[in-house]
Amino acid sequence: MGAPHPRPRRAVAISIFLIKRFASFLATLLVASMVVFVVLDVLPGSAADVVLGESATPEAKAALNAKLGLDRPPLQRYGAWMAGLVRGELGESLSYSVPVAQLVGERLQVTAPLALMAMLLTAGLALTLGIYAASRHNKLGDVGVMGLSQLGIAIPNFWFAIILIFVFAVKLRWFSAGGFPGWEDGPLDAFKALILPAVALAVVQAAILARITRSAVLDVLREDFVRTARAKGLSRRAVLWRHVLRNAFVPVLTVMGLQFANLLTGTIVVENVFSLPGLGRLIFQAIANRDVIVVRNVVMLLAASVIVINFVVDVLYAVIDPRLKVHSA
Amino acid sequence: MSFWQRALRHKSFAIGGVLVLLLIATAIGSFVWTPYPAAELDIPNKLQLPSAAHWLGTDSLGRDIVSLLIVGARNSIAVGVIAVGIGIAFGVALGLLAAARRGWVEEAVMRFADFSFAFPALLSAIMLTAIYGPGLVTSITAIGIFNVPVFTRITRAAANAVWSREFVLAARACGKGRLRITIEHVLPNIVSILIVQATIQFALAILAEAALSYLGLGTQPPQPSWGRMLSEAQQMLFAAPQLALYPGVAIALSVLGLNLMGDGLRDLLDPRLARAR
Repeated sequence: MGAPHPRPRRAVAISIFLIKRFASFLATLLVASMVVFVVLDVLPGSAADVVLGESATPEAKAALNAKLGLDRPPLQRYGAWMAGLVRGELGESLSYSVPVAQLVGERLQVTAPLALMAMLLTAGLALTLGIYAASRHNKLGDVGVMGLSQLGIAIPNFWFAIILIFVFAVKLRWFSAGGFPGWEDGPLDAFKALILPAVALAVVQAAILARITRSAVLDVLREDFVRTARAKGLSRRAVLWRHVLRNAFVPVLTVMGLQFANLLTGTIVVENVFSLPGLGRLIFQAIANRDVIVVRNVVMLLAASVIVINFVVDVLYAVIDPRLKVHSA
Repeated sequence: MSFWQRALRHKSFAIGGVLVLLLIATAIGSFVWTPYPAAELDIPNKLQLPSAAHWLGTDSLGRDIVSLLIVGARNSIAVGVIAVGIGIAFGVALGLLAAARRGWVEEAVMRFADFSFAFPALLSAIMLTAIYGPGLVTSITAIGIFNVPVFTRITRAAANAVWSREFVLAARACGKGRLRITIEHVLPNIVSILIVQATIQFALAILAEAALSYLGLGTQPPQPSWGRMLSEAQQMLFAAPQLALYPGVAIALSVLGLNLMGDGLRDLLDPRLARAR
């Protein structure tokens, strides 16, 4: 047996790709933090003006500037914020007078499970419908799924959320119209409060992902190796499960990664529809309270999570897909 | 068959086209006629059900729903046109530049496009609102910024494909400069791709504007907008659930129309893609 040359070479190529990708990931995070800082902290008309309003006395402004450290030069302030971010010290909220890190931690207990539930629902719905449509290509089932997904894409998620509230909270009274009981009194009630919001988020996302899944499966079904597998006597079903889905998963995964930003902004909207005390509510209350410290840190957190997910998807991509030409990425 | 003959036979293009035409006609028509002045309050006649006087009834302040919807269409179209315009103006220019110069210019432009994806329209709008306050300009700017990297990516990919074609090579051999090739050969060959993308982005802009207005970050009262109508309707969900129906249907039909038209255009303008689908 000859030495398996291609494998080590592929490992090296993947390592180089990962190192490069990690460097650009860090650079992206850094640039994002600069943009957030410049927009919220350096541009004219910010911070003290925003917090106190334009009618504040110069003394009050000076006092607040000193409290926020705004009397220091921007570069120093940016450095202090970055150092705090690394240590997990995000400063103190102006309106709640508690550490921002604690606020964010509490609100994540709503937003993180909501986003996760929505993502799982999205994947489950989209994969089922997409694979079903592809397997019934151009038949009634396919046309039906495609029509439904076209509708799903056109419906705003917050409108769908309002319809869900009307049907399941106002008419049927199965769920409450909004609010969150917290996790302390047992997870069941909390879980129940997140079901409608998660469905509202997932249905719209799944409409897009189902179309991608369908076309990815159809693309793979046209490949030569599928014909070979069929020719050697495998049933349609076996080919679909054993060969097609694995290969179709790569584009589906990419789109799921890209959808994460949508999911996150969708969460902000849907939390407001259902009055859920998550990050989305927090950021709106912070804007209303002119709490620039909270706005800055939550915006950074949201932007960072999009960047992290895109990085993770790229890495998975390189590991999963054997056909991926690493150096072209 | 001519383009228009094929277009009329293409089912999704025809349906989408009719919906989009209806939207545009409504928006333009609103300058000439609405059943009632859209901002006119009529508290004694609040929350009426559909009737001959008010075809879709009135809202909690007695305003005529049909008039609000018609003027709201104007708003959605304006946001869509300006935000997509911003995206095309900057995005196409950057994409063409990246394709024409390659090397570090292309690298820089593409890293910029990658990085902007971390700031979806809503997040940009939140940042801008925190400083400049909510309003139509803030939301248009945020949606416009979001559109720039979308057009940058698609323009660069399409332009790169054109640059590698033989006729561009021939043009270079004739001594034409990069700018001239870009304007005379590259741009005309990618216009159809850009039109399709613009239709899709238009639909997304309408959705984003509705969400921002629903959240109170977009259009401000008394200017009617579909998103804010929905947020007002949610307050009345127990007393008058029908109010939540109309603006939602208006948004969904507009977005559906634009998406169907975009799909149709893609088939009609690029027959190769249509076969592959």
